Amino acid sequence: MKLVVGHLYPDYLNIYADRGNIAVLTRRAAWRGIELTVEPIGVGDRVRPGAHDLLYVGGGQDREQALIAPDLAAKGDAIKEAVAGGAALLAVCGGYQLLGRFYRERSGEQLPGVGLFPHQTLAGERRMIGDVLLECELEPGARRTLAGFENHAGRTYLDEGAEPLGRVVAGFGNDGESGYEGCRVGPAIGTYLHGPLLPRNPWLADWLLARAREHKGADPTPFEELPDELEREAHAVSAQRARDRGGRF
Amino acid sequence: MRPRLPLVAGVAAARAAAGLSRLVGTGGGTTVPGKLLTLLDPTALDRLAARLPRGSALVSATNGKTTTAAMAAEVLSPRMRLAHNRSGANLVSGVTSALLATRDAELGLFEVDEAALAEVARRIRPRALCLGNLFRDQLDRYGELELVAERWRGAVAELAAGAALVVNGDDPQVGDLARKHPNALVFGLDDPRHAAPALPHAADSKWCLVCGRPYVYAAAYVGHLGAYRCENCGHARPRLDVVARGIELDGLEGVEFDLHTPDGERHVRLRVPGLYNVYNALGAAALALSLGATLDDVHGGLARFSAAFGRFERIVIGDKTVLVLLVKNPAGANEAVRTLVAGGPPRLAVLALNDAIADGRDVSWIWDVDFEPLLDGLERLVVTGERAAELALRCKYAGFPESAIEVVGDVGAALDRGLELTPAGGGLVVLPTYTAMLRLRKIVTERGYVRPYWERAA
Repeated sequence: MKLVVGHLYPDYLNIYADRGNIAVLTRRAAWRGIELTVEPIGVGDRVRPGAHDLLYVGGGQDREQALIAPDLAAKGDAIKEAVAGGAALLAVCGGYQLLGRFYRERSGEQLPGVGLFPHQTLAGERRMIGDVLLECELEPGARRTLAGFENHAGRTYLDEGAEPLGRVVAGFGNDGESGYEGCRVGPAIGTYLHGPLLPRNPWLADWLLARAREHKGADPTPFEELPDELEREAHAVSAQRARDRGGRF
Repeated sequence: MRPRLPLVAGVAAARAAAGLSRLVGTGGGTTVPGKLLTLLDPTALDRLAARLPRGSALVSATNGKTTTAAMAAEVLSPRMRLAHNRSGANLVSGVTSALLATRDAELGLFEVDEAALAEVARRIRPRALCLGNLFRDQLDRYGELELVAERWRGAVAELAAGAALVVNGDDPQVGDLARKHPNALVFGLDDPRHAAPALPHAADSKWCLVCGRPYVYAAAYVGHLGAYRCENCGHARPRLDVVARGIELDGLEGVEFDLHTPDGERHVRLRVPGLYNVYNALGAAALALSLGATLDDVHGGLARFSAAFGRFERIVIGDKTVLVLLVKNPAGANEAVRTLVAGGPPRLAVLALNDAIADGRDVSWIWDVDFEPLLDGLERLVVTGERAAELALRCKYAGFPESAIEVVGDVGAALDRGLELTPAGGGLVVLPTYTAMLRLRKIVTERGYVRPYWERAA
């Protein structure tokens, strides 16, 4: 089987080692006999309807984000259609912010967003930096944890009734106050957690691959488990870091 | 307001603290005395620096500031007595401690942390400032690259008009500072034979400072450092004053080049390898020339220079040699890997990753390092440090066989394991982050293989 990942702006949005997330998706697919190809989508490129089983948007510094924001907003309808059609999506940090309605800088200047995630982000005075631990329940009854690192000045406020990715066990999360982190819309996940996110949280990589496979219309038999000892160890250390030194106001 | 302690009393107390720090074995007294003196007298740094008859010179960069300052020290020390923070304690406390430790110093030569530069410069009022490069580094500590660049612009704006500014013209953000100061000396490389085939994966500063379009590189040498030009608005590398041409890399042994300066030309042979050390040598040469050194001083000093603290340091242990290459961010680690592989790819390596504040608590940067050329040649890999498992994952997801990775949490045990796997007479390559490097040095010092770092100041 073949899956296609559309990687948005890899030249601009790559600040927190986003290629680690791509490497994990690629290898874990390959270990299940799935050939995963990654197609870069740059400024001016079209997001072709139905072409991607998974979309990935990473994080950038303010300057890079400002350079691509208008182009990303112009791709907004195509991205929302892809997700409505069942394509999986992972957006990290800057990508997560720009897939909301807007990002307002402290100067009052506003970067337009895509409006996929029901949230808006306002730049704050203090950066929220540190290790984070979340508890998630993406499938009813299946509680899992996510461990990562956050570094953002933006405070992201979810709309009433929006579904967060998880509850903050330790760390700041979306805005440092609500106790929630990230956002989920069907098969689309947005989060501030980098680290990168997927190597130490392989269950989320497998969840995204499962959604991508469904988008392809394949038989939804669960993936076989992989020997994830190193991944579990890395997760445990990262989770402990969050408990010991995760950020709070 | 608290009455100000006479400087002389504070100095005496702080010097006693340095002795105490070494006596109780907590370190070399490279930061404690400065911290103490600053507590006793918050203006101590300003006042100590003001006493230096020849003033001070500051060196900052993401990568290479310790080596650049050490090279400049080698050039300048035959002519004048230096106060120099050679062990890399580069915050206000470290600079203050270095001033305390050297009586009768004539010139202060200090490497300064990128984020601390503006404050140190404001207080010391340097007569020369050397700025090497800006790469993404410890984003959890420094924030975004642009924030550091903004602080540097502020420091340059406050520089006395007569002070010398030495900048790396090959770095767009840094080179541009030359346009903002009347007395600037620009250094860079001019030898496209050594250009990388493409910008690395995680290149920074690749968009035009002025208009945001991508730069076109006639040659990219190290990361985003090179001969760049924006075809949209014409923003380009400034004219170079101090230039390396005719560069010949000699594996791990060293590098030779023709040094072109406004004062003339010399052929330079360095005993440290890699293009990044050519950049360090150019920065040191330009800085020393701006401080009154002759071209012969520069030539002699660079030829004498061996290695700075933990940077490409060779430690002999029995009949084996440990080669230590500090790694701390993607750009620096990429160059360490490139140099190692060019010198004959090792078959065994020890990688050590800690996540203390000085290492960066965020370890995601290891995924931006191009470890692949190193992994291609390795038969076995020992990973260690507090985040050893993350390193193991980095290599596993690069396709390196998991069965060839050994995870040894303790740095000392990993060194022993590495030595055990090294054949008699062979060399062992170790790439540690900063605190892992300090730990490693402590272990080999305790075993009597190297002198403690505070004794090397002599």
